[in-house]
Amino acid sequence: MLSIASLKIGQRAVIKDFSVDVVPLKLLEMGCLPGNEVTLLQEAPFKDPLYLTINGSHLAIRKEMACKIEIELING
Amino acid sequence: MAKQINVALIGNPNTGKSSVFNILTGLNQKVGNYPGITVEKKQGTCQLERNLKAHIIDLPGTYSLNASSLDENVVIELLLNKKDKDYPDVAVVIADIENLKRNLLLFTQIKDLGIPTILAINMADRMKRKAISLNIKELEKKLGTKIVLLSSRKKTGIETLKSLISNYNSLSLTPCINSSKIAPEYFERLQKTFPNQDLYKLWLVVTQDVNFGKLNRKKINGIQPFQTESITNLKRLQQKETIARYQFINDTLKETLSIDSKNAKDLRSRFDKILTHKFWGYVIFFSILLLIFQAIFDWSTYPMDFIDNSFTLLSEWLKINLPPGVFSNLITEGIIPGLGGIVIFIPQIAFLFLFISILEESGYMSRVVFLMDRIMRRFGLSGKSVVPLVSGTACAIPAIMATRNIENWKERLITILVTPFITCAARLPVYLIIISLVIPEGRVLGIISLQGLTLLILYGLGFAAAIIAAYTLDKYLHVKSKSFFVIEMPNYKLPLLKNVGITVLEKTKSFVFGAGKIILAISIILWVMGSYGPGDFNQAEEIVLQQTEQQNLSQEELAIKLSSFKLENSYIGIVGKFIEPAVRPLGYDWKIGIALISSFAAREVFIGTLATMYSVGNDEVETIKERMAAEINPSNGAPLFNLASGISLLLFYAFAMQCMSTLAIVKRETNSWKWPLWQLLSMTALAYIVALAAYQILK
Ligand SMILES: Nc1nc2c(ncn2[C@@H]2O[C@H](COP(=O)(O)OP(=O)(O)OP(=O)(O)O)[C@@H](O)[C@H]2O)c(=O)[nH]1
Ligand SMILES: [Mg+2]
Repeated sequence: MLSIASLKIGQRAVIKDFSVDVVPLKLLEMGCLPGNEVTLLQEAPFKDPLYLTINGSHLAIRKEMACKIEIELING
Repeated sequence: MAKQINVALIGNPNTGKSSVFNILTGLNQKVGNYPGITVEKKQGTCQLERNLKAHIIDLPGTYSLNASSLDENVVIELLLNKKDKDYPDVAVVIADIENLKRNLLLFTQIKDLGIPTILAINMADRMKRKAISLNIKELEKKLGTKIVLLSSRKKTGIETLKSLISNYNSLSLTPCINSSKIAPEYFERLQKTFPNQDLYKLWLVVTQDVNFGKLNRKKINGIQPFQTESITNLKRLQQKETIARYQFINDTLKETLSIDSKNAKDLRSRFDKILTHKFWGYVIFFSILLLIFQAIFDWSTYPMDFIDNSFTLLSEWLKINLPPGVFSNLITEGIIPGLGGIVIFIPQIAFLFLFISILEESGYMSRVVFLMDRIMRRFGLSGKSVVPLVSGTACAIPAIMATRNIENWKERLITILVTPFITCAARLPVYLIIISLVIPEGRVLGIISLQGLTLLILYGLGFAAAIIAAYTLDKYLHVKSKSFFVIEMPNYKLPLLKNVGITVLEKTKSFVFGAGKIILAISIILWVMGSYGPGDFNQAEEIVLQQTEQQNLSQEELAIKLSSFKLENSYIGIVGKFIEPAVRPLGYDWKIGIALISSFAAREVFIGTLATMYSVGNDEVETIKERMAAEINPSNGAPLFNLASGISLLLFYAFAMQCMSTLAIVKRETNSWKWPLWQLLSMTALAYIVALAAYQILK
């Protein structure tokens, strides 16, 4: 399964699931919910942190968390 | 009798709450394009109608009613406590039109608490640019509230907002979401245990502990701690709640909000491509830092020279026009130079605040957080620590307040503990005068001035100390904390001249007045202590005459002998002599010792203290710098301020924790005396050892 950490800059994807037991509530509140679209805008060196748009909001999260968000790429 | 209602401005970070607050109240709260500018409750009033006044409360931004950092917790504590005198009669949720979906999450939560809630959609001026259109009538119906489109930049919609607030009684209180549907069985149990409580509020109280654990129970009347479900289960339920809310919001917005993304102008991505670039991003950031340094130390010399001259003129004018006497001496040679020692730094401090404020208002600060997070993490800090560390170059107090939006307690604590190492504006006066006394004026390689280089090294030293201390603390500090880092990246905005101007003005003003008060107080205390004394002091004349009987001194020499005898036997002299053994190994005399000790109130007091003591002992008209240069070390007859003792002093000021206000803030922010005391002792010990070593090696 792909995770957000494996996106390339500019790629879009849909969030599928989380590979952790308890997802940080804050992440959900920021709009990171299954079914929502995510795009990788920029990455810092070593892909950490990642600058994303999720559900229309722009935010940066650390790689450690990004690895745990499973996605499916949107073609095109 | 005029009625007064409480109005709370609530919303996501960076949606313009403080901007709206400023318009409504006419006050000047700090505004900036960085999520987490406001970190505590601020209040003001607004006349809504002829006999209706509003008590307006500006709050820190929060993404939801589940706090994960201290600034967010402020909001929750207010909303859960009906007995709080600020408990809102009406809540105004300020939302950002560009992020409406996420903003509505908080709106639905607040409405479900049963507080009359108005939705104010801010930044309406950006709708055209972003090709956003909104069916307000329909949205009002679906959300069961009144909506106003605002632009606090263009000042539109304010009157409508005021009239909506005045008519708050007609707002519907129906919840958006029936939260008991999330877990019917659990909520039924809750209701049975506390039949008199509002169900959603109960739920929030129960779950706060799960996330943040900082809720002040005593404040929430009638609800005792209780455990009803496992923590994991509660977390699951919270997630279900969030998902249910987003479902409701998506359904609501599907029919009311439309964004024509083809016609939207997108400057953000073009800027971000360079400013957050893996390589150029860092180049730009460090160039900006250099530019700031350049501005502070080169450009500000012109206004500084002007201020210096004006103060000298003022001091001379006063000397001529005041009646001669000891009290005039205190004014012209103690207080005026002491204040001058601060006022002269206004240009530099203003430049510093100007740059920091532009960085914040433009939206660039969040990009720096993004760029620096990984590097800072290696030292136990967070990307968000950059903001406190950068603003710590102005003053540690606002810098420590700014740590409130760091979610991780350990990262936050370390940031608080190391911020006082950063060279703050209060160290500048001390650095500059000592540098000008002991470092020669030459240039290295013909370009870089030695004195400038010394200053740069001192800045570097402060930063290095902060980083090394952070790294060490990270290794040895065992604090449990698990949290999740997220930072919102706001849109770039053209800094509003007014916002920047106000920040610069307010900050500079409070710096000067804050320092001014302390200097004034300490000068007077020292002056009194220097002008009176026990025993020998009162027989000074006879004793000195007796001692010098055989020496055939001139009138003038006698006067000098007398005044120095008096100073040494005054109360201040007695204290000074008492501490002298502790400071002599560092290369200082007892007067510097006194200056050092009074600097524990605030560093910038140093010059004023010396000025006051020299003025007590002497009637000669000289500048403070000339006086310092003329001081002789009694033990070896060499100038007191020489390279060895100068470097030793510089290092002492670089590392010592000499600022009472900072200690007080650290106590407040960490909620214990343990950390400020620890800071005071360890930093001062470090300063003492380093200064001692420097003097012993260089002398
Ligand atoms: N374009 C536009 N910008 C605005 C408007 N209102 C506020 N801003 C800008 O939005 C940014 C945030 O404003 P603040 O008033 O500090 O926001 P806040 O909600 O108090 O932020 P926090 O205290 O950090 O939660 C600033 O850069 C403001 O200049 C508006 O109506 N239009
Ligand atoms: Mg604010």
